[in-house]
Amino acid sequence: MSYALDAQNQDHFLDNRRKVMFSNTFIFGLLTGISVLISFILDKDKTFLGLKKGGKMFFNIFHPFLNILILISIVLFFIPDYLIVKYLGANSGFYGFGIAAFVGSITLIPGFISYPLAATLLNQGATYSVVAVFITTLMMVGVVTLPLEIRYFGKKAAIMRNILNLIAAIIIGIFVGWLM
Amino acid sequence: MVNVKKYLKNYMWVMLFVLFSLSSYFMGFKPGLMIYSNFNEFFMEMISFVPFLFIIIGLFDVWVPKELLEKHIGKESGVKGIFIVILLAMLQAGPLYGAFPVAYILCKKGASVRNIFIYLGAFSSMKLPMLGIEIGYLGIKFTVARTLISLPLFILTGYFMEKIVGSDFKVEEVKA
Repeated sequence: MSYALDAQNQDHFLDNRRKVMFSNTFIFGLLTGISVLISFILDKDKTFLGLKKGGKMFFNIFHPFLNILILISIVLFFIPDYLIVKYLGANSGFYGFGIAAFVGSITLIPGFISYPLAATLLNQGATYSVVAVFITTLMMVGVVTLPLEIRYFGKKAAIMRNILNLIAAIIIGIFVGWLM
Repeated sequence: MVNVKKYLKNYMWVMLFVLFSLSSYFMGFKPGLMIYSNFNEFFMEMISFVPFLFIIIGLFDVWVPKELLEKHIGKESGVKGIFIVILLAMLQAGPLYGAFPVAYILCKKGASVRNIFIYLGAFSSMKLPMLGIEIGYLGIKFTVARTLISLPLFILTGYFMEKIVGSDFKVEEVKA
Protein backbone atom coordinates (compact mmCIF):
# COMPACT_ATOMS: atom_id res chain seq x y z
CA MET A 1 0.00 0.00 0.00
CA SER A 2 2.70 2.43 0.95
CA TYR A 3 4.50 1.78 -2.31
CA ALA A 4 1.39 2.62 -4.37
CA LEU A 5 1.04 5.80 -2.38
CA ASP A 6 4.63 6.71 -3.14
CA ALA A 7 4.15 6.12 -6.85
CA GLN A 8 1.06 8.32 -6.82
CA ASN A 9 2.93 11.05 -4.98
CA GLN A 10 5.74 10.77 -7.47
CA ASP A 11 3.39 11.52 -10.38
CA HIS A 12 1.95 14.42 -8.48
CA PHE A 13 5.45 15.78 -7.83
CA LEU A 14 6.47 15.44 -11.46
CA ASP A 15 3.34 17.27 -12.51
CA ASN A 16 4.00 20.08 -10.06
CA ARG A 17 7.65 20.30 -11.01
CA ARG A 18 6.75 20.86 -14.63
CA LYS A 19 4.14 23.48 -13.80
CA VAL A 20 6.56 25.40 -11.58
CA MET A 21 9.34 25.09 -14.13
CA PHE A 22 7.14 26.31 -16.94
CA SER A 23 5.92 29.40 -15.11
CA ASN A 24 9.45 30.25 -13.96
CA THR A 25 10.81 29.85 -17.47
CA PHE A 26 8.00 31.94 -18.88
CA ILE A 27 8.60 34.85 -16.50
CA PHE A 28 12.37 34.62 -16.87
CA GLY A 29 12.14 34.42 -20.67
CA LEU A 30 9.70 37.31 -20.86
CA LEU A 31 11.92 39.56 -18.73
CA THR A 32 14.97 38.58 -20.80
CA GLY A 33 13.10 39.31 -24.04
CA ILE A 34 12.01 42.74 -22.79
CA SER A 35 15.58 43.52 -21.70
CA VAL A 36 17.00 42.58 -25.09
CA LEU A 37 14.33 44.67 -26.84
CA ILE A 38 15.01 47.77 -24.72
CA SER A 39 18.75 47.28 -25.15
CA PHE A 40 18.30 46.92 -28.92
CA ILE A 41 16.26 50.12 -29.17
CA LEU A 42 18.87 52.03 -27.15
CA ASP A 43 21.97 50.72 -28.92
CA LYS A 44 22.08 48.03 -31.60
CA ASP A 45 25.85 47.47 -31.59
CA LYS A 46 26.09 47.29 -27.83
CA THR A 47 23.28 44.74 -27.76
CA PHE A 48 25.03 42.50 -30.30
CA LEU A 49 28.27 42.79 -28.35
CA GLY A 50 26.44 41.83 -25.12
CA LEU A 51 24.71 38.87 -26.74
CA LYS A 52 28.04 37.73 -28.19
CA LYS A 53 29.73 37.98 -24.78
CA GLY A 54 26.88 36.13 -23.06
CA GLY A 55 26.85 33.47 -25.77
CA LYS A 56 30.58 32.93 -25.45
CA MET A 57 30.33 32.53 -21.68
CA PHE A 58 27.45 30.10 -22.11
CA PHE A 59 29.42 28.06 -24.64
CA ASN A 60 32.41 27.93 -22.27
CA ILE A 61 30.31 26.70 -19.38
CA PHE A 62 28.07 24.33 -21.33
CA HIS A 63 30.13 21.14 -21.08
CA PRO A 64 31.04 21.59 -17.37
CA PHE A 65 27.30 22.06 -16.71
CA LEU A 66 26.45 18.91 -18.67
CA ASN A 67 29.13 16.97 -16.77
CA ILE A 68 27.62 18.12 -13.46
CA LEU A 69 24.13 17.09 -14.56
CA ILE A 70 25.44 13.66 -15.59
CA LEU A 71 27.16 13.23 -12.22
CA ILE A 72 24.08 14.36 -10.25
CA SER A 73 21.88 11.98 -12.28
CA ILE A 74 24.15 9.07 -11.38
CA VAL A 75 24.45 10.06 -7.70
CA LEU A 76 20.67 10.44 -7.36
CA PHE A 77 20.17 7.01 -8.89
CA PHE A 78 22.13 5.57 -5.96
CA ILE A 79 20.23 7.69 -3.39
CA PRO A 80 16.59 7.31 -4.48
CA ASP A 81 13.77 9.22 -2.77
CA TYR A 82 12.38 6.24 -0.86
CA LEU A 83 15.76 5.61 0.74
CA ILE A 84 16.01 9.25 1.82
CA VAL A 85 12.50 9.05 3.30
CA LYS A 86 13.40 5.81 5.07
CA TYR A 87 16.51 7.21 6.75
CA LEU A 88 15.32 10.75 7.44
CA GLY A 89 11.74 9.93 8.41
CA ALA A 90 10.25 9.33 11.85
CA ASN A 91 12.57 8.64 14.81
CA SER A 92 15.67 9.31 12.78
CA GLY A 93 16.90 11.57 15.59
CA PHE A 94 20.50 12.63 15.79
CA TYR A 95 21.61 10.21 13.06
CA GLY A 96 18.90 11.56 10.79
CA PHE A 97 20.32 15.03 11.29
CA GLY A 98 23.80 13.81 10.33
CA ILE A 99 22.58 11.83 7.32
CA ALA A 100 20.52 14.82 6.16
CA ALA A 101 23.57 17.07 6.29
CA PHE A 102 25.71 14.44 4.53
CA VAL A 103 23.28 13.57 1.72
CA GLY A 104 22.31 17.22 1.29
CA SER A 105 25.95 18.20 0.95
CA ILE A 106 26.80 15.76 -1.83
CA THR A 107 24.47 17.16 -4.42
CA LEU A 108 23.06 20.50 -5.40
CA ILE A 109 19.52 19.91 -6.59
CA PRO A 110 16.95 22.51 -7.56
CA GLY A 111 14.23 23.58 -5.12
CA PHE A 112 11.34 22.23 -7.14
CA ILE A 113 12.70 18.75 -6.47
CA SER A 114 13.88 19.22 -2.88
CA TYR A 115 10.72 20.91 -1.54
CA PRO A 116 8.25 18.16 -2.50
CA LEU A 117 10.71 15.65 -1.06
CA ALA A 118 10.97 17.73 2.13
CA ALA A 119 7.17 17.83 2.40
CA THR A 120 7.08 14.02 2.13
CA LEU A 121 9.71 13.81 4.86
CA LEU A 122 7.56 15.93 7.20
CA ASN A 123 4.53 13.76 6.42
CA GLN A 124 6.55 10.67 7.25
CA GLY A 125 7.41 12.09 10.64
CA ALA A 126 10.81 13.72 10.10
CA THR A 127 11.54 16.64 12.42
CA TYR A 128 11.69 20.24 11.23
CA SER A 129 15.37 20.29 12.19
CA VAL A 130 16.20 17.42 9.87
CA VAL A 131 14.19 18.94 7.02
CA ALA A 132 15.76 22.37 7.46
CA VAL A 133 19.30 20.99 7.49
CA PHE A 134 18.51 18.81 4.47
CA ILE A 135 17.15 21.53 2.20
CA THR A 136 19.72 24.09 3.33
CA THR A 137 22.67 21.83 2.55
CA LEU A 138 21.00 20.80 -0.72
CA MET A 139 20.86 24.44 -1.74
CA MET A 140 24.11 25.78 -0.31
CA VAL A 141 26.67 22.98 -0.15
CA GLY A 142 27.64 20.93 -3.21
CA VAL A 143 30.47 18.41 -3.36
CA VAL A 144 29.40 17.38 -6.87
CA THR A 145 29.65 20.98 -8.11
CA LEU A 146 32.91 21.63 -6.25
CA PRO A 147 35.21 21.07 -9.28
CA LEU A 148 33.31 23.74 -11.22
CA GLU A 149 33.24 26.05 -8.21
CA ILE A 150 37.02 25.68 -7.86
CA ARG A 151 37.45 26.81 -11.47
CA TYR A 152 35.65 30.05 -10.61
CA PHE A 153 36.82 30.75 -7.07
CA GLY A 154 39.99 28.72 -6.67
CA LYS A 155 40.48 25.79 -4.28
CA LYS A 156 40.70 27.68 -1.01
CA ALA A 157 37.67 29.93 -1.47
CA ALA A 158 35.48 27.17 -2.90
CA ILE A 159 36.25 24.69 -0.13
CA MET A 160 35.93 27.32 2.60
CA ARG A 161 32.59 28.52 1.22
CA ASN A 162 31.24 24.98 1.35
CA ILE A 163 32.56 24.36 4.88
CA LEU A 164 31.19 27.65 6.23
CA ASN A 165 27.84 27.00 4.59
CA LEU A 166 27.72 23.49 6.04
CA ILE A 167 28.27 24.97 9.51
CA ALA A 168 25.60 27.59 8.79
CA ALA A 169 23.20 24.85 7.64
CA ILE A 170 23.67 22.92 10.89
CA ILE A 171 23.00 26.07 12.93
CA ILE A 172 19.94 26.79 10.79
CA GLY A 173 18.68 23.22 11.36
CA ILE A 174 19.06 23.50 15.13
CA PHE A 175 17.35 26.90 15.38
CA VAL A 176 14.50 26.09 13.00
CA GLY A 177 13.79 22.93 15.03
CA TRP A 178 13.79 24.99 18.19
CA LEU A 179 11.45 27.66 16.75
CA MET A 180 8.91 25.34 15.10
CA MET B 1 42.66 20.20 -36.00
CA VAL B 2 43.78 21.25 -32.54
CA ASN B 3 40.34 22.76 -31.97
CA VAL B 4 38.52 19.57 -32.84
CA LYS B 5 40.72 17.64 -30.46
CA LYS B 6 40.00 20.09 -27.65
CA TYR B 7 36.31 19.92 -28.45
CA LEU B 8 36.34 16.14 -28.31
CA LYS B 9 38.17 16.21 -25.00
CA ASN B 10 35.70 18.71 -23.49
CA TYR B 11 32.71 16.65 -24.48
CA MET B 12 34.25 13.28 -23.67
CA TRP B 13 31.97 12.59 -20.69
CA VAL B 14 28.92 13.79 -22.56
CA MET B 15 29.68 11.46 -25.47
CA LEU B 16 30.31 8.55 -23.13
CA PHE B 17 27.00 9.29 -21.41
CA VAL B 18 25.13 9.40 -24.73
CA LEU B 19 26.71 6.07 -25.65
CA PHE B 20 25.80 4.61 -22.25
CA SER B 21 22.20 5.83 -22.53
CA LEU B 22 21.78 4.51 -26.06
CA SER B 23 23.14 1.09 -25.18
CA SER B 24 20.97 1.03 -22.04
CA TYR B 25 18.00 1.75 -24.28
CA PHE B 26 18.78 -1.00 -26.78
CA MET B 27 19.68 -3.58 -24.18
CA GLY B 28 16.87 -2.63 -21.82
CA PHE B 29 19.29 -1.87 -18.96
CA LYS B 30 16.91 -0.42 -16.35
CA PRO B 31 19.41 1.47 -14.12
CA GLY B 32 20.83 3.16 -17.21
CA LEU B 33 17.37 4.26 -18.28
CA MET B 34 16.62 5.61 -14.81
CA ILE B 35 19.85 7.61 -14.79
CA TYR B 36 18.97 8.94 -18.23
CA SER B 37 15.50 9.98 -17.05
CA ASN B 38 17.11 11.84 -14.10
CA PHE B 39 19.46 13.54 -16.51
CA ASN B 40 16.67 14.46 -18.88
CA GLU B 41 14.77 16.22 -16.13
CA PHE B 42 17.80 18.20 -14.88
CA PHE B 43 18.77 19.04 -18.42
CA MET B 44 15.30 20.44 -19.16
CA GLU B 45 15.53 22.56 -16.04
CA MET B 46 18.99 23.82 -16.97
CA ILE B 47 18.21 24.57 -20.60
CA SER B 48 14.98 26.37 -19.69
CA PHE B 49 16.69 29.08 -17.67
CA VAL B 50 20.46 29.13 -18.18
CA PRO B 51 20.48 30.56 -21.76
CA PHE B 52 18.36 33.51 -20.56
CA LEU B 53 20.71 34.01 -17.64
CA PHE B 54 23.69 34.35 -19.98
CA ILE B 55 21.85 36.81 -22.22
CA ILE B 56 21.23 38.95 -19.13
CA ILE B 57 24.88 38.57 -18.01
CA GLY B 58 26.08 39.66 -21.47
CA LEU B 59 23.82 42.72 -21.52
CA PHE B 60 24.78 43.53 -17.94
CA ASP B 61 28.44 43.40 -18.98
CA VAL B 62 28.05 45.94 -21.78
CA TRP B 63 25.57 48.29 -20.13
CA VAL B 64 26.56 48.57 -16.48
CA PRO B 65 29.68 50.69 -15.97
CA LYS B 66 32.23 49.46 -13.46
CA GLU B 67 32.24 52.74 -11.54
CA LEU B 68 28.51 52.47 -10.85
CA LEU B 69 28.72 48.96 -9.42
CA GLU B 70 31.91 49.68 -7.53
CA LYS B 71 30.24 52.63 -5.85
CA HIS B 72 27.12 50.72 -4.81
CA ILE B 73 28.38 47.22 -3.99
CA GLY B 74 32.16 47.74 -3.85
CA LYS B 75 34.52 47.71 -0.89
CA GLU B 76 33.14 50.87 0.69
CA SER B 77 29.47 50.11 0.09
CA GLY B 78 28.53 49.00 3.64
CA VAL B 79 24.96 48.06 4.58
CA LYS B 80 23.48 49.48 1.40
CA GLY B 81 25.73 47.22 -0.68
CA ILE B 82 24.61 44.16 1.30
CA PHE B 83 21.00 45.17 0.82
CA ILE B 84 21.46 45.56 -2.96
CA VAL B 85 23.16 42.18 -3.53
CA ILE B 86 20.52 40.39 -1.46
CA LEU B 87 17.77 42.06 -3.45
CA LEU B 88 19.53 41.18 -6.72
CA ALA B 89 19.86 37.53 -5.64
CA MET B 90 16.22 37.33 -4.57
CA LEU B 91 15.06 38.30 -8.05
CA GLN B 92 16.79 35.34 -9.69
CA ALA B 93 16.04 31.69 -10.35
CA GLY B 94 17.84 28.38 -10.77
CA PRO B 95 20.35 26.26 -8.86
CA LEU B 96 23.54 27.63 -7.33
CA TYR B 97 25.89 26.72 -10.17
CA GLY B 98 24.02 29.28 -12.29
CA ALA B 99 25.13 31.95 -9.81
CA PHE B 100 28.86 31.31 -10.31
CA PRO B 101 29.02 33.14 -13.67
CA VAL B 102 27.00 35.99 -12.13
CA ALA B 103 29.54 36.13 -9.29
CA TYR B 104 32.26 36.39 -11.93
CA ILE B 105 30.62 39.33 -13.68
CA LEU B 106 29.91 41.09 -10.34
CA CYS B 107 33.56 40.66 -9.36
CA LYS B 108 34.72 41.94 -12.74
CA LYS B 109 32.55 45.01 -12.22
CA GLY B 110 34.11 45.76 -8.84
CA ALA B 111 31.82 44.14 -6.26
CA SER B 112 33.54 43.51 -2.92
CA VAL B 113 34.50 39.97 -1.89
CA ARG B 114 32.12 40.16 1.04
CA ASN B 115 29.20 41.15 -1.17
CA ILE B 116 29.95 38.42 -3.72
CA PHE B 117 29.67 35.72 -1.06
CA ILE B 118 26.62 37.33 0.53
CA TYR B 119 25.12 37.30 -2.96
CA LEU B 120 25.83 33.56 -3.29
CA GLY B 121 24.27 32.90 0.11
CA ALA B 122 21.14 34.86 -0.72
CA PHE B 123 20.98 33.26 -4.15
CA SER B 124 21.07 29.78 -2.70
CA SER B 125 18.30 30.25 -0.19
CA MET B 126 16.27 33.43 -0.65
CA LYS B 127 15.22 33.49 -4.31
CA LEU B 128 11.63 34.73 -4.48
CA PRO B 129 10.33 32.07 -6.91
CA MET B 130 11.77 29.37 -4.64
CA LEU B 131 10.36 30.98 -1.48
CA GLY B 132 6.94 30.80 -3.12
CA ILE B 133 7.35 27.07 -3.67
CA GLU B 134 8.73 26.59 -0.17
CA ILE B 135 5.70 28.28 1.39
CA GLY B 136 3.45 26.04 -0.72
CA TYR B 137 5.13 22.83 0.41
CA LEU B 138 6.44 23.53 3.90
CA GLY B 139 4.27 26.37 5.15
CA ILE B 140 4.83 30.05 5.82
CA LYS B 141 6.06 29.59 9.38
CA PHE B 142 8.86 27.23 8.38
CA THR B 143 9.86 29.40 5.42
CA VAL B 144 9.99 32.62 7.44
CA ALA B 145 11.88 30.95 10.29
CA ARG B 146 14.43 29.37 7.93
CA THR B 147 14.94 32.59 5.96
CA LEU B 148 15.32 34.83 9.02
CA ILE B 149 17.84 32.47 10.61
CA SER B 150 19.73 32.08 7.32
CA LEU B 151 20.01 35.79 6.60
CA PRO B 152 22.44 36.81 9.39
CA LEU B 153 24.40 33.57 8.89
CA PHE B 154 25.23 34.17 5.25
CA ILE B 155 26.01 37.83 5.88
CA LEU B 156 28.45 36.52 8.50
CA THR B 157 29.76 33.99 5.94
CA GLY B 158 30.49 36.92 3.61
CA TYR B 159 32.57 38.63 6.31
CA PHE B 160 34.42 35.39 7.12
CA MET B 161 35.13 34.71 3.45
CA GLU B 162 36.57 38.20 3.06
CA LYS B 163 38.86 37.55 6.02
CA ILE B 164 39.92 34.14 4.69
CA VAL B 165 40.58 34.91 1.02
CA GLY B 166 41.49 38.60 1.38
CA SER B 167 39.85 41.62 -0.19
CA ASP B 168 41.94 41.39 -3.39
CA PHE B 169 40.41 38.01 -4.26
CA LYS B 170 39.20 37.64 -7.86
CA VAL B 171 36.66 35.30 -9.39
CA GLU B 172 38.16 33.68 -12.50
CA GLU B 173 36.51 33.44 -15.88
CA VAL B 174 36.03 29.81 -16.87
CA LYS B 175 37.34 29.20 -20.38
CA ALA B 176 36.55 26.23 -22.59
